Amino acid sequence: MNDYRADLHIHSVLSPCGDLEMSPRNIISHAVEKKIDILGITDHNSTRHGPLMRRLGREKGIFVLTGAEVTTREEVHCLAFFETDRQLKLFQEFLDDALIPFRNDPRRFGHQVVVDENDNILDEVENLLVYAIDRDIDQVEEMVHSLGGLFIPAHINRGMNSLISQLGFVPEGIKADALEISRHTGKKEFLGDNPYLSDFTFLQNSDAHFPDDIGRVHSLFRMNEASFSEIKMALAGEGGRRVVSP
Amino acid sequence: MTVADIVKELGLKVFSGEENLDGKVTGGYVSDLLSDVMGNAAEGMVWITLQTHRNVTAVASLKDLAAIILVKGLVPDDDMAGQAAMEGIPVLGTGMQAFDVAGKLHNLLNRE
Repeated sequence: MNDYRADLHIHSVLSPCGDLEMSPRNIISHAVEKKIDILGITDHNSTRHGPLMRRLGREKGIFVLTGAEVTTREEVHCLAFFETDRQLKLFQEFLDDALIPFRNDPRRFGHQVVVDENDNILDEVENLLVYAIDRDIDQVEEMVHSLGGLFIPAHINRGMNSLISQLGFVPEGIKADALEISRHTGKKEFLGDNPYLSDFTFLQNSDAHFPDDIGRVHSLFRMNEASFSEIKMALAGEGGRRVVSP
Repeated sequence: MTVADIVKELGLKVFSGEENLDGKVTGGYVSDLLSDVMGNAAEGMVWITLQTHRNVTAVASLKDLAAIILVKGLVPDDDMAGQAAMEGIPVLGTGMQAFDVAGKLHNLLNRE
């Protein structure tokens, strides 16, 4: 088995808060520089850069885990990942149905553009993507899992838009494939304050909005190869695969 | 003033916890952030919120709150309803906005 460096929480230029330098092509080239093996693309409430990122990553030897960062009705940020374009498309339909119609003001929130492999703008999303969708956290979890995806509440230690800031504590029985902590804490420190979560698998990612932040923190996966099914097994600690750090 | 008095005065719906409507109300707290309620609400308060997640009842029970009022016509999720019934926590409902129901509750408590 090998160890793979993974940074699974990255915002592209499609997220209003993502820097204009965060084109799929630029993200991949920075990830190569930082020696990242597995990259997660997680724009706010949108999966649209997933297929292009996966293709560009493959050309450079980087496995791209495609998904989105969903804002639930409780304003909890959760990462959702899918293996195939078909699953991504179905999840995108779920998001589009659930988005609250509110027009983006690019001057205030930033641009939300879809680009191609040469950074040409193909489309600009009009609906503001950062707001909560009209589905609660359990409905999002059920949809993600019914499509065979991975469900990972994001930066749960953060003081806003996190599972703990919005819901007080991690609900009993939540079906999370892992919990993400931000780069501002450590797993040991976090578990010291929250010992009831010790059975979960933890991830730590950069939540990069700027090229320099990519790979600033990463998680280490021990598994046979960089693939969706191996990542799933590593999160579940199956067959000797596991998340070595954080 | 008891929870039952508030239900009557404000015309609230009772979703659960009928057996505990005699609890004494010491004040009110308006927040949709559960971590904020955990940190700042005090025993005997009535909590006004739009959150319908099952953690709402857990937090209310943890803090010994007198009751929860769901605003804007919201109803408890199935999980929340189940847990509220099990723990005997009064979950109340109103079509009013948080601002209006908080104002009325404030007046009621000040009248005492």
